[in-house]
Amino acid sequence: MGAALHAVNGIASSTPPGRALRLAVLLAVAGGVILPIIAGLWETARAGFGILPAIGANHLSLEPWRMLAELPGLGTSLKLTLLTGLGATVLSLILAAGTCAAVHGRMSTRTGGRMLTPFLAAPHAAVAIGLAFLLSPSGWIARALAPLVGWDRPPMLITVNDPWGGALILGLLVKEVPFLMLVMLSALSQIAVARHIAVGRALGYGRGTVWVKVILPQVWPLVRLPVMVVLAYSLSVVDMALILGPSNPPTLAVMLLRLFSAPDTAMLLPASAGAVLQGVLVALSFGLLLLVERGVKRVGLWWLRRGGRGLSAEPGLMLTTGVTATVMMAGALGMLALVVWSLAWRWPWPGMLPESWSPGAWMRPGAGWGWALWHTVLLAFATTGLALALAVAWLEGEDRARMRRARWAEALIYLPLLVPQIAFLYGLNVLFLRIGISGGMAAVIWAQALFVFPYVMIALSDPWRALDPGLPRAAAALGAGPWRRLWAVKLPVLLTPILTAAAIGVAVSVAQYLPTLFMGAGRIATLTTEAVTLSSSSDRRVTGVYATLQAGLPFAAYAAAFLIPALAHRNRRALQGGGPGT
Amino acid sequence: MTLEIKGLSVRYRQEPSLFAPLDLCIESGEVATVMGPSGIGKSTLLDAIGGHLAAGFTMTGSVRLDGREVTQLPPEARRIGLMFQDAALFPHLSVGDNLAFGLARAIGGRAARRAAVEAALEQAGLGGLYERDPATLSGGQRARAALMRTLLADPQALLLDEPFSRLDAARRAAVRGFTFAHIRDRAIPALMVTHDPADAEATGGQVLSLVTEGAGG
Repeated sequence: MGAALHAVNGIASSTPPGRALRLAVLLAVAGGVILPIIAGLWETARAGFGILPAIGANHLSLEPWRMLAELPGLGTSLKLTLLTGLGATVLSLILAAGTCAAVHGRMSTRTGGRMLTPFLAAPHAAVAIGLAFLLSPSGWIARALAPLVGWDRPPMLITVNDPWGGALILGLLVKEVPFLMLVMLSALSQIAVARHIAVGRALGYGRGTVWVKVILPQVWPLVRLPVMVVLAYSLSVVDMALILGPSNPPTLAVMLLRLFSAPDTAMLLPASAGAVLQGVLVALSFGLLLLVERGVKRVGLWWLRRGGRGLSAEPGLMLTTGVTATVMMAGALGMLALVVWSLAWRWPWPGMLPESWSPGAWMRPGAGWGWALWHTVLLAFATTGLALALAVAWLEGEDRARMRRARWAEALIYLPLLVPQIAFLYGLNVLFLRIGISGGMAAVIWAQALFVFPYVMIALSDPWRALDPGLPRAAAALGAGPWRRLWAVKLPVLLTPILTAAAIGVAVSVAQYLPTLFMGAGRIATLTTEAVTLSSSSDRRVTGVYATLQAGLPFAAYAAAFLIPALAHRNRRALQGGGPGT
Repeated sequence: MTLEIKGLSVRYRQEPSLFAPLDLCIESGEVATVMGPSGIGKSTLLDAIGGHLAAGFTMTGSVRLDGREVTQLPPEARRIGLMFQDAALFPHLSVGDNLAFGLARAIGGRAARRAAVEAALEQAGLGGLYERDPATLSGGQRARAALMRTLLADPQALLLDEPFSRLDAARRAAVRGFTFAHIRDRAIPALMVTHDPADAEATGGQVLSLVTEGAGG
């Protein structure tokens, strides 16, 4: 062998800019996303154990926990939290899995995704307000039943804010079932479903049995993290629980919000202890999930090895599909109710539509919604822009290093979605106060971006990897350096998934309640904070306006994400119909 | 101009080398052909020469282009053109803009650049198709557009990865003749990977077979 013998591999030949980019991304993620969460948890925990210098509490003690334990209704509140949180998660999982099994193969992933999009886009608070309008004793359902049952006035029934959390569970289902379905459909597209079903049926198993025994076990590892996100969210949701959940006592997260905003600052200590408890509750639920997973695996294998061909599971699939359709129908009707109420003038019982209409509530942007809309748009653009920039930088860094994502990195992306917001946002605000940015736009942007970034990153990762590697390679062979490959080839070709990720980012930002409330110190009103506040008021017209706008913004973002690429690529056949990976 | 390859072998992680170390010298205007059983790493060989090795692959040996050692350079600095079987035209750019992307920076001025692209299109029988969507071209047109894009970048060597395998028999001979004529015209060395003995015959250059390590050579 000659004198010139070189060992070259991908990393050694990557250019120094690639390394600088990766370092910048690492610093941004560590300092901008991970550190705030850990510091927030730490500050919250300190306050929970008696150390909150801002109110003169300087001694380590268990007093906050004693105060928390003595709060009336804490036990009931915990039970409610577990009931609604676990109940909503288990039901969403069953409904999503059953419906996916029923519609898979009959509906393309893209059609399914399109049908689910409105539900994914709608902010939690708007969905909750819409459901409240629909379910309340004077809502559409009661009005429809009135002539049949003979109600001459709204019935004295507790339908919303019921003490068992039923309305809250329904609200969570409207959001979580479509989310899990989307995740499952995307997981199913990575599995040779049709072939496995054919093999299973040829061996004498019914279709539904093959789903349960063969397909779902393959889907589970791909959806475990999203299910954990749903679990953490359902256990600690604040805005939906305020609007739909029981009020006395409420779920733990709502109880904590009340304590955090109580006029007596001494209550901050038990509130912090409660926030720690909320975190522990979620952590224990994760443990429970892993235990159940292990148990199901053992029982499942035993069941599988027995070789029973089983009865047809079709009735079960039909049932779950029916329930899912009903839940989604309720969500859609609720959204419609928002619009109708915002335009109603006189709407006497038991008419199905208002007697007279008026755009009055829409005509006074100066009365509040103008500013709230402006703040919301500003926050959505800022947070989505930041999140997109970071996500693109991250993915481009992976490309340049020619590395696959490590498991710990994937877990880091999910971290902000797995830690309950209320467990660290107060502590984070303590820090923000110390560095003097609390109450300002920057603080709210930062706090919201913690939750926007993971969704943008998750949405963009698969399409990014699905990009035909021949394109950047061809560009490199033509002499284009890494930056030109990014700007002139990758980003334009990935325009559709990038804008879709941006629309998801906007939807997540618009929906944020707690970060806006805590970091904005009540001074930054958004459509969401206002809608939640107004939801307990009696003027449904104004509430309807806020909630309609709140839901309208994400819809507009999704519409733009659909229209812009369609226009920009109208003469490019290969990029039409969603582009790569969507 | 010559493309000189010395003791080149590629391995994936800790696995044994894909093929026995390769020595090869290709002169200006010559099209050398590499054949071999599928799966032996013919495309990977081209990736190694062009600098496009995927994650996990390591190469040893050296690649010299006109005496210039390029082994350590990133692909965009090697000036080695690459042609795929699927042409890999950028789907978001028009046919002409695909060529403009390739056109070397040395040609300055909007009008001059446009003229160079139009001339290349004309040469490839694609005159007047500047604004066309590449997705609407036929297979033969796509292959010719990809070749012109590659040549406009003024490469000092060319790698061809089964460039004609997607074309039907009738177009195949025509596109092949067109491609080889341009390579001779430019007087650059080219290395082609193919399954088709007819491709190899048409080059008139040396033909190599990749063999697994220890199997001979």
